[in-house]
Order: sequence, then structure tokens, then C-alpha cells
Amino acid sequence: MKLLEVRNLKTYFDTREGVVRAVDDVSFSLEKGEAIGLVGESGCGKTTTALSVLQLLPKEGRIAGGEILLNGEDFAAKSEEELRKHRWRDVSIVFQGAMNALNPVMKVSRQIAEALLLHEELTEEEARRRVLALFDLVEISSSLVDCYPHEFSGGMRQRAMIAMALACGPKLIVGDEPTTALDVMVQAQILALLGKLRREFGMAMILITHDLSIVGANCDQVAVMYGGKVAEIGPVGKVLRNPCHPYTQRLLKAFPDIRGEREMVQSIPGFPPNLVTPPPGCRFSPRCDAAREICFSREPAMRCVEPGHEAACHFAEERS
Amino acid sequence: MNSEYLLRKIFHSAITLFIVLIINYFLFRIMPGDPVSMIMRNPNANPSMLAQVKSLYGFDKPQLVQFAVYLRELVKGNFGMSFFYRQPVIDVIGSRLFATLVLAFAAEIVAIFLGILLGKIAAVRRGEPVDAAILGFSLVTYAMPTFWLGIVFIAFFCVHLGLFPTVGMYTSGVTFAGFADKAVDLAKHLFLPAVTLAVVIVGGYSMIMRSSLLDVLSEDYITTARAKGLSRRDVINRHAVPNARLPIITIIAINLGFMIAGALQVETVFSWPGIGRLMYEALKARDYPLLQGIFLIVSFCVILANFAADIMYGYLDPRIRY
Ligand SMILES: Nc1ncnc2c1ncn2[C@@H]1O[C@H](COP(=O)(O)OP(=O)(O)OP(=O)(O)O)[C@@H](O)[C@H]1O
Ligand SMILES: [Mg+2]
Repeated sequence: MKLLEVRNLKTYFDTREGVVRAVDDVSFSLEKGEAIGLVGESGCGKTTTALSVLQLLPKEGRIAGGEILLNGEDFAAKSEEELRKHRWRDVSIVFQGAMNALNPVMKVSRQIAEALLLHEELTEEEARRRVLALFDLVEISSSLVDCYPHEFSGGMRQRAMIAMALACGPKLIVGDEPTTALDVMVQAQILALLGKLRREFGMAMILITHDLSIVGANCDQVAVMYGGKVAEIGPVGKVLRNPCHPYTQRLLKAFPDIRGEREMVQSIPGFPPNLVTPPPGCRFSPRCDAAREICFSREPAMRCVEPGHEAACHFAEERS
Repeated sequence: MNSEYLLRKIFHSAITLFIVLIINYFLFRIMPGDPVSMIMRNPNANPSMLAQVKSLYGFDKPQLVQFAVYLRELVKGNFGMSFFYRQPVIDVIGSRLFATLVLAFAAEIVAIFLGILLGKIAAVRRGEPVDAAILGFSLVTYAMPTFWLGIVFIAFFCVHLGLFPTVGMYTSGVTFAGFADKAVDLAKHLFLPAVTLAVVIVGGYSMIMRSSLLDVLSEDYITTARAKGLSRRDVINRHAVPNARLPIITIIAINLGFMIAGALQVETVFSWPGIGRLMYEALKARDYPLLQGIFLIVSFCVILANFAADIMYGYLDPRIRY
């Protein structure tokens, strides 16, 4: 049985401008201990996908269709009461460091202990010992145990966040741009730490990022999202070496290669689609330089280009 | 919070107080009206008598010397003599200040508790009818003229229902058997003016609490708290409220200072012997020493309230270390 199966997920936001189809028919799955990277431009629905899996959508958001199976159980069908028991023990999340993912007026140790005390029968003393052990695990000095988040550096805060995410030994950890705000050295350290702990505890991971090289180094699978849909999905090696969707190809070109020749980074002209009234046909067609007539009228289905590697383009096979 | 922070805040408050003192002193020197004629109240006084009075009160000395004398006397607790009451200013102010403080604190306590509670309910139920009702209540009471509300309350509760006395702080002409009796009498008199004042300010508090809580509820740490599996109530009470109450403290402090002087309308409607009304009387009588004393005391209260807010802030928000 797969650890996580997301089938035809649709998540909509009801706003004044209309219904925002932030996630529209997204499917992917994860084996135990496996890592998937979600990449794509800003606003393509990565965070919304993750929050849907965690059942943490804001008030105006709703899951309009599809299934989310965690350990074979339908997460979306559970009541809030039932869900609470699964939260953090089954799935935890690490947000982007620059944002306020830690409560600024509560000691970091308290915030970690809070999760432990909630899910396990522990005394205060035991919880504190566990927090110290977690600090040790993520290589934060135990002298910082009684500090507030603002007394931590960005990298340390992220380590603390990871310590918190690991506290209850979840099967799946979600990282929503966990290293975006950090400098490259710290970024590498954090990702290495996350990778090490993940292997140690056999945790699966959903890693959201803008950086394809991070996905290449840390994930087994990658899902490239565009306008609320999966444009291309497959094992990291296959997708990065042999991209079959024009969007993935452009995305790969948009990253400079340090070793390669110095050339201007190619940005993709145009804007991501409006998710209230998406364009007909393929959502990428208005920006696609290989678009043909059919692309503007018929929505492409997922096409298998090699085992496990699919792309939502009418001409995917031609490019493989 | 550390002692350095505390000392710094005390220092800031002292400086502010001193600046207020200077302004307050010179403001009254440039106001129209000559103190000598005020004291004499006799348009036919001859020049030699005027000169005598001038030197008696020290008006012939340079301004700076006069200011130094003023400061020295202030430190001793001498605020001067009221022209009108012919009593030391400090004595005139004393009992009135107490009356206002009782009124202001009673109203503040009700308004703070109710305001925070209403704001919390509105934010948690954003967009629902309860939210609309609270918002409507807040706006209407916020915009309501204080004196009008006071009159309506008197008309209904005192005249129509006969539940409360209408005037003053204590029933006049009564000797109380003991402290308890006196307190009960005070409470009866206090109830309506305090409620009036509380109703007028509660709307502001609830709206600020609501918007500040809504801001906090969209923060990432709230999502983190939810992701951890905390119940809705715990998310609100343990994570959202401690952050949301920070802005409201500042507002309360500003309001508290303002109320000491601004309870005038309520004091007038309910004949409450407070400092707002005293200020009005002093103004009418052109009683400058009294007015000056009131200004100083009110400024002192405002500064004190802000100081208290800073201390609270430092206590509630660990990020404050400057
Ligand atoms: N609370 C909300 N209300 C209305 N629309 C929303 C809300 N949250 C997200 N959206 C919309 O849903 C779409 C997807 O947003 P999402 O945050 O999932 O994007 P993302 O891929 O995570 O982007 P980024 O890389 O900038 O984090 C966007 O068009 C966004 O405007
Ligand atoms: Mg995002």
C-alpha cells in the first residue's frame, strides 16, 4: 500500500472575483520513505496542494473533488476531531523560514513540547528531555532551549522548525520552501540534515521549491505544476534529463548553469493563467512557442512517455 | 524584560514630564489676562498697590527665576492657590481626581473585558451574523454621543425604572454607618456613569481586537499550531490571543489618559464631581493656577498610563529589548 495517494484533487477558493481553481485535477503518490518535489512558478498551486493534503486550508478554501489517501485512509472524509489525532503524528510541515512559522511570543522549547504533550502521554519533565534530544538531533545547542524565536538566526529557526516537525515521528513531512530565505551554505546544511534524518527515520517528504537543482539533489520524484495542474511528473532523473512538456523545458532553461557559458537567463514571457477563468485548451498554450491549433481548444490528457514518466502535452511523445 | 529597559522607560517618562512642565508653565504666561489683576479683582487698584502685589508674588523677578521657584514649589507639593476656591490647588484637585479615577477605572475594566471578548468572538466567527452584529454594535456605540447616551440611561434607569440615583458620587446629607455602606452607595452612583463611559469606548476596543486577531489568524504560526493538532480553542487562546492583545495595550493606555480629561460629558450629565468638570469650571472662572494644576496632573496621568503600557508590553512581548 502506498503511503500517500492523491487522486484527482481539486481545491477551490471562493473569492469575490469568483471561484479560484487553485488545484485542478492533481494526482500523485508517494511510497513510504520516498520524496517528491513540487515545482512551478509562483501561484501555480503548490502550497494549496500541500495544505489540502494536511487539511489545513483557510476558511475560503475547499476540497471540491478527488481523494487524499494516507495509509489507505481517506483524510478528506475525516471529521476535525479525528483529524486532530492524526495531525503531526502522521504528517507535519515545515514552512519557509522567513515567515513567522514559529509563534514569536512563545519559547521555542515550549512550542515543541506542546506538540509532544498533545500526542503522547508524557510528563513535563519527559517532554523537556525529548525536546533537548531533538535539539541535539538537529544540531542546535541545548543552551538555546529557553530562547524565543527572535533570538535564533534564520538557519537555527529552520532547524528548530525541523526539530518540531520530527517531534512525533511522522510518516510524512511537508517542506514548503523550507530553505528559500536562507543563504546557500545554510540551505545546503539544512537540506543535508533533512535528508539524513529522513533516511534515518524512513520518512516520506513533499518538498516544495522553486529551485530545480534542489529537487534534483533531494527528491526521488518531481511534479512540475502549471496553473493548478500537473504539467509533468516522473522520477527526477528522467524528468530533468528528458523533459517532455514545453513548460518543463522552459523552466529548466530558466536556470543558469554555472559551468556553462555565460548567457542571459531565459525567462518565460507572459503571465501564469488566471485561475478563475483559465484559458481553454492547454493552460500553457498562450505562452507556449510550440503551440499548435489543437492546444488552444482541447485540454491535453496525461501521456506516458516512458515508464513512470508522464506529461500533459498533446505532443509529449514527439519530444521524448 | 530587563532592568535596563525599565530604567530607560523611566528616564523617557521623566523627560516627557519635564517637557510638559515647561510647556505648561510658559503656556500660562502667554495666555491673555494679567495675574495681578486676577488676584486683586479690583479695577480701581492704584499703581503702588499693584507694584506691591507684584513683588509679593515675585512677578518682578526674571521669568527663569520664576520658573525655578515654580519647580521648587512643585517638588514640595505646592501647586499654588486657586483664585476661585481660595484653597491650595492640590487640595481642590485631590478629591476630584479620585472621583475621576474611580469612574475611569471602572469603565475601563468593563470595556477592556467586554471589548476583548466581543472582538474575539467577531474574529473567530468572521463573516457570520454574530460578527456583523458585533461590528454593528461597536460602530453604533462608538459613534454615539456620550451625553446623549447618558441622558437616555438616566431617563430609562433612573426616572422610568427608578433603579439608580441620578446625581453625584454619594447620597448627599447621609452619614454612613461604615465603610461597607459607603461602598454600596458609591457603587449605586457609579454604575450608570461607568456603564455609559464603558459603552462609548468598548466599540473601539472590540474593533481593534477583531482586526488584530484577524491579522494574527492569517499568520503562519497559526497554521503551524493547527497542523500540530491543537483544538480550535487552544489555537485561539494559546497562540492567537497572546499576539493579538499587544496592539490593544497601546490603545488602552492612550485611552486611559484621555479619559481622565475626557470624562467631562459623563461627569456633567451625571453631576459626577470629577476632574473633567473641575477643568470646565476652572476655565469658566479663568482660574489659571487651578487650570495649570489640572493640566499637569492630567499630563502626569497620561505619561503614567503610557509608562505602564510600555512595561506591560515588555512583559508580554519577548521581542522588546531596546
Ligand atoms: N486564501 C486564498 N484565497 C484566495 N485565493 C488563494 C488563496 N490562497 C491561494 N490562492 C490562490 O491560489 C493559487 C495558488 O496559490 P498557492 O499559494 O498554492 O501557490 P504557490 O504555488 O504555493 O505559489 P508560491 O510559489 O508563490 O508560494 C494562486 O492563484 C492564489 O492566488
Ligand atoms: Mg507557496
